[in-house]
Amino acid sequence: MTALLEVEGLRAFYGQTQALHDVSFSLEPGGITTLLGANGAGKTTTLRAICSMVHAEGAIRFDGQPIRGKATEEIVRLGVGHVPEGRGTFTNLSVDENLRVAAYTRRDKTAIERDRDMVYEYFPILKARLAQQAGTLSGGEQQMLAISRALMLAPRLMLLDEPSFGLAPLIVQEIFRIMRRINGEAKVSMLLVEQNAALALELADHAYVLETGRVVMSGKASDVKSDEAIRKSYLGY
Amino acid sequence: MEQLIQQVASGLANGAIYACLALALVMIFVSTDHINFAQGELAMFSAFMCWQLLELAVPFWIALPAVVLISFVLGVIIERVILRPLHDAPVLSIVVVFIGLLTIFHSMAGGIWGHTIKAFPSPFPKIAFPGSAYFGPHQVGMILVTMLLLVGLFAFFRLTPLGLAMRAAAQNPASARLVGVRVDWMLALGWGLAAAIGAVAGTLVAPVVYLEPNMMSSILLYGFAGALIGGITSPGGAVAGGFIVGVLENLIAFLGDITERATGFYIIGNGEKLTVALIIVITVLTLKPSGLFGDVSVKRV
Repeated sequence: MTALLEVEGLRAFYGQTQALHDVSFSLEPGGITTLLGANGAGKTTTLRAICSMVHAEGAIRFDGQPIRGKATEEIVRLGVGHVPEGRGTFTNLSVDENLRVAAYTRRDKTAIERDRDMVYEYFPILKARLAQQAGTLSGGEQQMLAISRALMLAPRLMLLDEPSFGLAPLIVQEIFRIMRRINGEAKVSMLLVEQNAALALELADHAYVLETGRVVMSGKASDVKSDEAIRKSYLGY
Repeated sequence: MEQLIQQVASGLANGAIYACLALALVMIFVSTDHINFAQGELAMFSAFMCWQLLELAVPFWIALPAVVLISFVLGVIIERVILRPLHDAPVLSIVVVFIGLLTIFHSMAGGIWGHTIKAFPSPFPKIAFPGSAYFGPHQVGMILVTMLLLVGLFAFFRLTPLGLAMRAAAQNPASARLVGVRVDWMLALGWGLAAAIGAVAGTLVAPVVYLEPNMMSSILLYGFAGALIGGITSPGGAVAGGFIVGVLENLIAFLGDITERATGFYIIGNGEKLTVALIIVITVLTLKPSGLFGDVSVKRV
């Protein structure tokens, strides 16, 4: 089986500062892969590099097609839904408009309607808040909206940047439960970046551990979880 | 009393033009954080183009849409060719570019069409309303066309997917890219729309102030004042601000006139209208920088 996403020798830079040194990994279609590591390890940068939001060198292939250096919006149009750090809410637009603009690139009206219904089923609270200004939503609701926006793109791959950030544990559980459903039902592969390693390893089937811009170890999520040495030295729990 | 009503009515008519220009300024400001100092000269250039078409015996209601379209394309080209390469440049460089554009369009208009003042025919019937020197069919027309333009723009931004994408791109460019919106093109489109709105303003005001390369310089100031009153980030506010400025300048001149007649001293009058606009600009900036309807910008540090 060919990989859905292949990253080889990825290096990324913020101005003069090199944030990623040599990151390689690949992602099988249908799965959930997680990138773990401490603050500053390069997890967010890796996601940003995949979507051309930061200057990067190396090879990135999505579904066999090289995408490094393409414009962010063109990569998104290929089927990469990025749920960004900080949720990226269009705060001045209504919840309904946030969802509509996410389907802006699509022309298949009936499929858009179907995805709308799917979003409402996953996150009924959003349906109740359609007319509300998105900036007035709670943090958890904005995270749900961010995932829903990505979902409205009808993506094949979803990049999730710390979806648990700043949320109450109960809400986090709810969101992770829905993510599992999206992965299974909507057949969306996921690349998940998380600080909360225990939670991420629960959901994911593959894990890569980053340290200061390099992949230091990788393996099945269950193996990583059961390896006490890795847990203690890299994941801190 | 009758005079007061007349002053208010003619203030609204001028206000319609200020509203258009204010709206054009806001259109560019919300998506780029830049004030386009060349907006007035662009509008003047569009008015000249319209005049040229009228001279070639093109009927007004064909010439106007044609010029609006040409101006739209011109705006898009200016953004793509001149401003796109500068998108990372410091604000001051951009300001200099705007001033350069201002000078270029000013000189080009003078070079092509000359500096002598030209009459610009009004497309509206030439009957005077009884007892009114300042308010005629052209003034009614200015208000109506402006209103139509506003309703059209409102519908475009509220009801069409493209309008929604433009709002999203202006509000959060990074997120807009992440849902596949081509943000660069949205900026160019914003420039095109601003130039098109300016073209309408320039063409409508030309019969009132007459056609010459300097015609928009003071009007642009009123436009600034209007945009600032409304809060520079709010399109609806800009329109309201434009009308407020138009009425305010007339009322102040009118009050000055009354006091002069009562006391015999000239304190303020028609000659100080532009001063009024500048006072408004300074007052708003010092007392309420976010205007009446604008967003208060909060920065987390």
